[in-house]
Amino acid sequence: MKFTHLLGAAALSFGAVFSGAAFAADINGAGASFPAPVYQAWAAAYKEKTGTGLNYQSIGSGGGQNQIVNRTVDFGASDAPMKDDKLESANLLQFPTVIGSVVAIVNLGEDHALTLNGDIIAQIYQGKITKWNDPKIVALNKDAKLPDLAIVPVYRSDSSGTSFVFTSYLSSASSDWKSAVGAATSVQWPAGAGAKGNEGVAGTVKNTKGAIGYVEFIYAAANKLATTDLVNKAGKVVKPETKTFMEAAAAADWKGAKNFAASMIDTAGEGAWPITSATYILLPKNPSSAAQSAEAIKFFDWAYSAEGDAIAEKLHYIPLPDSVADEVRKAWATEVKADGKAVWTN
Amino acid sequence: MDATLSGRQAGTGLIAARKPTGRVSDPVFVGILWTSGIVVLLLLGLIIAMLFEGGLPAIQEFGLSFIWSTTWNPVTEVFGAGVMVFGTVFSAVIAVIIALPLSFGIAFFLTEIAPGPLRRPIGVAIQLLAAIPSIIYGMWGFFVIVPLMAAYVQPPLIEWLGPLPLIGALFQGPPLGAGMLTAGLIMAIMILPFITAMFVEVLESVPPMIKESAYGVGATTYEVYRNVSVPYGRTAMVGAVMLGLGRALGETMAVTFVIGNATRMSASLFAPGATIASTIANEFPEASTGSLKLQSLLELGFILFVISFIVLALSRLLVRSRLKG
Repeated sequence: MKFTHLLGAAALSFGAVFSGAAFAADINGAGASFPAPVYQAWAAAYKEKTGTGLNYQSIGSGGGQNQIVNRTVDFGASDAPMKDDKLESANLLQFPTVIGSVVAIVNLGEDHALTLNGDIIAQIYQGKITKWNDPKIVALNKDAKLPDLAIVPVYRSDSSGTSFVFTSYLSSASSDWKSAVGAATSVQWPAGAGAKGNEGVAGTVKNTKGAIGYVEFIYAAANKLATTDLVNKAGKVVKPETKTFMEAAAAADWKGAKNFAASMIDTAGEGAWPITSATYILLPKNPSSAAQSAEAIKFFDWAYSAEGDAIAEKLHYIPLPDSVADEVRKAWATEVKADGKAVWTN
Repeated sequence: MDATLSGRQAGTGLIAARKPTGRVSDPVFVGILWTSGIVVLLLLGLIIAMLFEGGLPAIQEFGLSFIWSTTWNPVTEVFGAGVMVFGTVFSAVIAVIIALPLSFGIAFFLTEIAPGPLRRPIGVAIQLLAAIPSIIYGMWGFFVIVPLMAAYVQPPLIEWLGPLPLIGALFQGPPLGAGMLTAGLIMAIMILPFITAMFVEVLESVPPMIKESAYGVGATTYEVYRNVSVPYGRTAMVGAVMLGLGRALGETMAVTFVIGNATRMSASLFAPGATIASTIANEFPEASTGSLKLQSLLELGFILFVISFIVLALSRLLVRSRLKG
């Protein structure tokens, strides 16, 4: 028994080296680090169920895009959706897998149930609001006794999908931010200090009194960090929790979005968390190996099942709404072709 | 006993060497040696060429002002190396300023004052500092030094020295903990072993006769240090410092953890900044091939290479001039 496990592990690592040449059954993917935990959990469960292994390298969205454009992997993964013209020129199909959220974390020395809005956060990160007892913050938190403490904004120093989602939110909430700073995986931050990774931001916020930072919800939940509530576009105060994330996913305009790049940032839904975003997979529409491509699609088809959803939820990700998953399945069946023949049928 | 043994061994060695070992093997051996030497040169040349060629489009796009422009905006794709070049040099200089007196003290203590049994443990401890991986320094700095700086070092300095004219600019801003000074401090500990080792070597090369004569005419320990040992090895010591500076310039992981990573220019010791190496470490994973960002990062690498090369060349020159004379 143990021996077969060892054999399996050996096959998996060989598959990684030979990129599926000798072990056609293994799927190779690379890209975004945000969904890496759920992809790896899916891979382990899928391997047990079907015997097909999946090797996912968490090298960052940029790296994932590069590798799939050069076709060195079976699929790429990216947090930010790829631009339409780039998708077209590289002949790629883009589809979402899971949904994640970004939350704001604060350190005021003592526990405060704090409510903020996008405009205030934008001004904090621009160095325009510098004290926690600023009238604008007090107006949203009438019951809390806010200290006369300097605000230290903390951001991700490494370029990341998390920063992209966060700055997209600030751009949507504040026109001033949009014109002065903008949205990208890394921007020229007007104020504050940068720390590497979720753990760096969380550590700096924990160490610095008066600090505010942003991390992925999965990280905040796993480490039980103190998060803030936000006022969403509908003017309602929302808490960062599964319910509000799902409302954001439901409120997104999936029908109108090209290449499934539906924005969930600052949606109009009554109870929607405003900093929510999907993470994407990039799959060649003209795969060199139909068998490999079919295996990859089968994997994601299973990931959309109730079994896959349960694994995602356990890790605090939000599964894709079923209606969207069905749209993605249609796209697989019609758009991914090898020698003019669909590699996968529903 | 020892001497006779080694003498006899040396004798047999000589006899063996005189025996002709074949006409083929020697040229082959020499050939291998030549290849080894050339490979190093080739490797270095190729790396420089790759960095230069990869970064050329950035220079063509932004012109030579890339080197001093202080804008680094990934959104509008306008890049300049000014902040990073400044941060690299500034933090490395802080590191040297902190490490230099410490190295002097340790080196002189080890060569002159320390009793025999204490010399080895201290010497080994310093060498072990050099063996600690950079990432460990980074984590230690991030979890231990940064909170200490933020809580106990920076607030009083900002309060006392911040309002002063001129030097006050060095001590302004919020006490973040992370920043130029913290980065310099961590790097100082990292380059300490290298500078100290060279200093010890230099001090040990001072002929005992000169020192003894100085003591003989009634000089104190300090006077011998100040007027005999240091002047004797001054050039080599400057070289040692440059060597330490060279190491500090390229330090990456530890600095990324504690420098605060802000692409803004500030004269304050407490302000977050960025070095060339930390910027490359932060931005490289998300830079896509052919993008202006990647080209700018490669150009940054080339600039760092040039700075390090100048510093190291200078240090070699100074060290060699002394050790020859």
